Amino acid sequence: MNLFTDAIAWLLNPAQWQGQYALPTLLGQHLLYTAISVLVAAAIALPAGWLIGHTGKGREIAVTVSGAARAVPSFGLLILLVLLLGVLQTPLAAVITFVLLAIPSLLAGAYTGFEAIDRRVIDAARAVGMTEWQIFTKVELPLGMPLLVGGIRSALLQVIATVTIGAYVNLGGLGWPIIQGIPLRRFDQVLAGALLVAVLALLVDLLLAALQRAAVPTGIRSPSPDRTSSSDRNGRRSARRAASVTA
Amino acid sequence: MITARKSRLALAVGVALAATLALAGCGSSNPLDEPSAGGGTDKGGETIVVGSQAYYSNEIIAEIYAQALENAGFTVEKKFNVGQRDAYMPDVESGKINLFPEYTGNLLEYLDKSATATSPDDVYAALQKALPKTLKALDYSKASDQDTYTVTKKFAQDNGLESIADLAKLNTKPVLGGAPELEQRPYGPAGAKKIYDVDLGFSATAQSTLESLLAGQVQVADIYTADPAFQTKDIVALKDPKNMILASNVVPIASSDIADKIAKVINPISAALGAEDLVSMNVQSTVDQASAEDIAAKWLKEKGLD
Repeated sequence: MNLFTDAIAWLLNPAQWQGQYALPTLLGQHLLYTAISVLVAAAIALPAGWLIGHTGKGREIAVTVSGAARAVPSFGLLILLVLLLGVLQTPLAAVITFVLLAIPSLLAGAYTGFEAIDRRVIDAARAVGMTEWQIFTKVELPLGMPLLVGGIRSALLQVIATVTIGAYVNLGGLGWPIIQGIPLRRFDQVLAGALLVAVLALLVDLLLAALQRAAVPTGIRSPSPDRTSSSDRNGRRSARRAASVTA
Repeated sequence: MITARKSRLALAVGVALAATLALAGCGSSNPLDEPSAGGGTDKGGETIVVGSQAYYSNEIIAEIYAQALENAGFTVEKKFNVGQRDAYMPDVESGKINLFPEYTGNLLEYLDKSATATSPDDVYAALQKALPKTLKALDYSKASDQDTYTVTKKFAQDNGLESIADLAKLNTKPVLGGAPELEQRPYGPAGAKKIYDVDLGFSATAQSTLESLLAGQVQVADIYTADPAFQTKDIVALKDPKNMILASNVVPIASSDIADKIAKVINPISAALGAEDLVSMNVQSTVDQASAEDIAAKWLKEKGLD
């Protein structure tokens, strides 16, 4: 436990709050790389996932591609891209790495959100004369939102944890104290960096968990917060009600 | 929701567990703890176990020691590629490994965090004092593998740079590239300011330090003296007349009980191993892809030590 108090002391030392590697700067870099990467990944994965979910086509390809992408080791990919693109393009190499990391979760969140909708709801929407665009925006998007937010949540967590390796290629971030501390054998600094990353991940996760709860459309929200599989059926039924109301 | 909460709990537990494991790893855990068969000293010093770091240049030096000892009639067991200092030092101290090529400055830093010596002789003297009783440092060699402030030859010529102090003449503040930890070392930017009154920026170029220097991203780079690039690229290390940078010469570290016996074989190697020798052997390894055994055998032959 001694090391923990040392780590906290390291964090509170004014020396860590100023200069080139001040903690707020590192936090900013970490969040910036996370945000850019997840946004770029979302711009690619969400339209693709929605299209797959809406048409029901191309699911196998999506599963294969995202499964393969999940198996790529981020650190190896990052170093490979830095070697291929050159030292002047390290930010680009890092963003590509993190985007590839975020895509599978986002893609899965987008198309499973649509797939989980009771087909009869979609059929009903079509039967009352909704256009495909209306079905997409008024039925599928809201009903698929909770699972999509779940996908965003897991993508964000993975990227936050992985941006740590950005410090290996001179991009700063909260991995910096860890990567600098190991060769110096300053384990208070290493632990402090690890704690910062963990706390950041947990905070973002809590925030997204709240957002995920809020993303459940009012119509299908169940009275009790602890929904079981039986109340899920109720949810489906109320979803149908909600769909007919929207129509 | 229940599962989400569970997984969050699992995450928290996982984080805590990982932290504990990592901390335990920093302690005394040791990959070579299993009793190794034929560990030298217990058998009356018949077999000499030579170790090396997981670093190709270090392995070449270890190979030289091993071959020279074999040629002198000793039975040698090689334990190469034993990771970094944290991993192998306990086994060197306990005598499971009897001979290890080391670097004076880096080893001193490991043994004594508060050491202040920087010049080759001072570092060697301090190292001899800092070593545990079970170990002895044999003669150190002129060859070194230590940090430098290196610039491209063109940059040096254009600006008339010879020593680190000359960096103060530049109109713009040069940026120093190097490993992340350099920023905190006594010979990092703060040291250059204190000792040479030179203002330097810092960029943690890590593995791509050489590329960053050649691409002009940094003007000064910390490149190790034994780096093949000193032979293959147009770069030059700035002189360090005030010994700001910690000297780190190649030094054989031996178990005390056999040190005197092998000194007559190993010390001539240290005497013959010059700075250029080490660089050129590293070039043979990285550029020509020659094996450590071949490089070592060739060098011993050239120096007439075989």
